[in-house]
Amino acid sequence: MIVRDRLNPTARDLPKSGIRKFFDLANTMEGVISLGVGEPDFDTPWHIRAEAIYAIEKGYTFYTGNMGLIELREAICDYQRRRFGLEFDASQVLMTSGASEGIDLVFRAILEPGDEVILVSPTYVAYSPLVTLAGGVPVFLDAKEETGFKVTKEMLEEAITDKTKMLFLNYPGNPTGGVMTKEDYAELVPLIKEHELFVVYDEIYAELTYEGKHCSIASFDEIKDQVILMSGFSKAYAMTGWRMGYLIAHPDVIHAFLMIHQYAQMCPSTISQYAALEAAKNGDDDIEMMAKQFMMRRNFIVNGLNRIGLKCHMPKGAFYVFPSIAATGMTSEQFCEELLKDQKVAVVPGNAFGSAGEGYVRISYAYSIDEIKEALARMEAFLRNKGYLK
Amino acid sequence: MDEMMLLEALEQNARLKVTDLADILNSSEDEVRKTIDRLKKDKVICGYHTVINWDKAHKEKVVALIEVNATPERDKGYDSVAEQIVKYPEVSSLYLMSGKYEFTVIIKGKTMREVAEFVGSKLAPINGVKGTVTSFVLKQYKIEGVLLDEQKASQTRLKVTP
Repeated sequence: MIVRDRLNPTARDLPKSGIRKFFDLANTMEGVISLGVGEPDFDTPWHIRAEAIYAIEKGYTFYTGNMGLIELREAICDYQRRRFGLEFDASQVLMTSGASEGIDLVFRAILEPGDEVILVSPTYVAYSPLVTLAGGVPVFLDAKEETGFKVTKEMLEEAITDKTKMLFLNYPGNPTGGVMTKEDYAELVPLIKEHELFVVYDEIYAELTYEGKHCSIASFDEIKDQVILMSGFSKAYAMTGWRMGYLIAHPDVIHAFLMIHQYAQMCPSTISQYAALEAAKNGDDDIEMMAKQFMMRRNFIVNGLNRIGLKCHMPKGAFYVFPSIAATGMTSEQFCEELLKDQKVAVVPGNAFGSAGEGYVRISYAYSIDEIKEALARMEAFLRNKGYLK
Repeated sequence: MDEMMLLEALEQNARLKVTDLADILNSSEDEVRKTIDRLKKDKVICGYHTVINWDKAHKEKVVALIEVNATPERDKGYDSVAEQIVKYPEVSSLYLMSGKYEFTVIIKGKTMREVAEFVGSKLAPINGVKGTVTSFVLKQYKIEGVLLDEQKASQTRLKVTP
């Protein structure tokens, strides 16, 4: 049997993630200083880790209900009220194995063959392939640096067709660090209501908002049944490896998610759920400490990049900068490969996040000031060697 | 400029240059320099120290913690005893405590013999000092928020992730 021919062609022929390609290259080299990572460098706070250890000691190692621990879902409702002023009931909260499982669930539960999902490019790498796998059709809005990588009413209006089922938003965003405000969302809300779109709002970076307060599109009452809020513990509490995410939506929507989740996942790790419970109840100080550190690093790297000629605006959220490399005349991939070979600095080519990312690179600042400083010095040397910096 | 942020940045790394601090605070070098000068003048910034693991640096040098019982003086309370203790350069920290004894004296970077001599011939005879209990640190794990011998777990992160 030729196994390749017997595979599902949709899965088999999905393009390899641009990040994965670059990861393979960077990993074979010694002495690489990387600014390519999409996770915090802080250790998970000790009190959270300790709760997980206690959970194991107490023998809390069985399945939980499919929805997740009720105490945890209630704690998340308290957290959403306390931090963002949003009111939810625990019956609206479904615990998932990382927000990643949530992404897959929303597409599989909502899309019918041929349904269109509007994604904002440059976009996080997982959305589009998962739309395709669920039988949907990704439609890309090209967000512009000049407008802070936001979605405007005009852009959305143009993209909506009679096939559009869903708008997918991720602010603060990976890879751009873009943020949308209450006023920005208010422009979109009438269109969302009129066209009866679901809005999936991936706000995994909500706590990493540096200027002003994070505003969730779930705060608009007129579309509240249409909004699916997606979040998790990875970025706010430095808990990426714990795989703890959640979805909040109208009970009927949650029910559809649950139908898939109960068979495909059953429940997320019980031990991680106990750790997440401690984080949701007693982790506000950790969030603020880390957000402050990220803000200092953001200022440091953005000022440094502008000084060496890689122009970029001050991103308002997440922990990424997305500078233009247009001045070098190189493509994103050329730039990243040359930089890696010449100076052993790993950053991610912008086109890994869609065609709108071409001409940009994603630089993560989830690193210490000393590491960022070293990387900036090497990048400056690279630009000088190549003759782009006098 | 955010003064608290400046202090936090310096507390974490006192060796940051003014140019680095200006970038971190999104401010100008001039502004940073002026603010630091003022904070020094106001004694908010009281010094820049290096965190040293004396166990590693010098086998003979120790850290000692001395509990001091003392009697207060009319009108001045414990301040006059404290004033006599702090003047000795051997004393690296001095705290007035609640509880069973009055002062905690911390001595760093001296040999055991030097500490014993200091307690016997200088600290104990001070007017108002009634008694002392000296304890020596056997091993240091964390100083000023710095874990000695720390292996950073984040170095196990993959080099590139989405």
